[in-house]
Amino acid sequence: MAVANYLYLSAILFTIGAIGVVVRRNSIVVFMCIELMLNAANLAFVTFARINSNLEGQVVAFFTMVVAACEVVVGLAIIVTIYRSRRSASVDDASLLKR
Amino acid sequence: MINFALDVGTTATPESYLFYFLAPLSVLAALGMLLVKKAVHSALLLAWVMISLAIFYIAQEALFLGIVQIVVYTGAVMMLFLFILMLVGIDTSDSLEENIPRLRPIAIVAAVGFGGLLVSLIGRATFNRPITGLAAANAEGNAFGIAVQLFTRYVFAFEVVSALLITAAIGAMVLGHSQKSKSNNSQRDLSIARFREDNLKDAAGLPSAGVYALHNAVDVPALLPTGQAAPTSISKVLQARGDIIESTTFEMKKAEEEEK
Repeated sequence: MAVANYLYLSAILFTIGAIGVVVRRNSIVVFMCIELMLNAANLAFVTFARINSNLEGQVVAFFTMVVAACEVVVGLAIIVTIYRSRRSASVDDASLLKR
Repeated sequence: MINFALDVGTTATPESYLFYFLAPLSVLAALGMLLVKKAVHSALLLAWVMISLAIFYIAQEALFLGIVQIVVYTGAVMMLFLFILMLVGIDTSDSLEENIPRLRPIAIVAAVGFGGLLVSLIGRATFNRPITGLAAANAEGNAFGIAVQLFTRYVFAFEVVSALLITAAIGAMVLGHSQKSKSNNSQRDLSIARFREDNLKDAAGLPSAGVYALHNAVDVPALLPTGQAAPTSISKVLQARGDIIESTTFEMKKAEEEEK
């Protein structure tokens, strides 16, 4: 098996995450899809670290994980704040600027 | 011509079995995440994808990242997701009507195009160096190798990331903090409010639920001195549930009927 298969898997997972971000309405599920995209990018980083035979890809993946953790904390806090004021977790309900 | 082989070396047979077993499962789980209606099920499927990614990391000589993936993602982040799901309401499922017309087909076509582009790009890429693997870099252990990188070459990025973490924590605290616009009503406030009402009917407090030998007391309305049932004597929770027993059998007969 070629190592590149991991890259194909990463591309497929990233695409699925992108579809989810556009299609799903529940803001928490949208957020999970963003996490899936970040994870897919991490898989590509780890695979490239192996291809290039040095650890820098893994270090970058590590940084991505830290940034993803920050993003989850702030994003979920925003979701909870929106839910508290609008009683809804749907992204379509938070379209006040449109009208 | 497209040559679908990025010449980056091949893996040992056990790893290819692992890949061919886990990769379809993780793709299926990711697809299920899109199709499943309940957010909790999506969270569980995402946890599965993350665990299989952790196994891939470990298979690709990234032991440290694999463990961190399980601890941070599947452990902390997914628990946070489930926690927020419980807070926001476990059954907030998607509405099916579309706000933007024909969003779904357009999104799927665009995503398939994007995915095809990515895959064909990977397929056409070439890499003109022999793959030696991470054996040399991991000679003193994977965690040691990453630590050396982190604390020498990437030490500034490491510090910036720590600042980012602190900022995120403070930001989440600020967002999560809600100031109460008014304090909870105390017994004193309730008493004052009763006397400030227009009529003083309930000034002495609401009647308590009736006590009858044949019934559990709290679900039977009390009888007022006039002989009528007092619905206000039942707790609001029981009223909402509809757990009220008719107290007509206990009512005093009306004066006229008695006179007859």
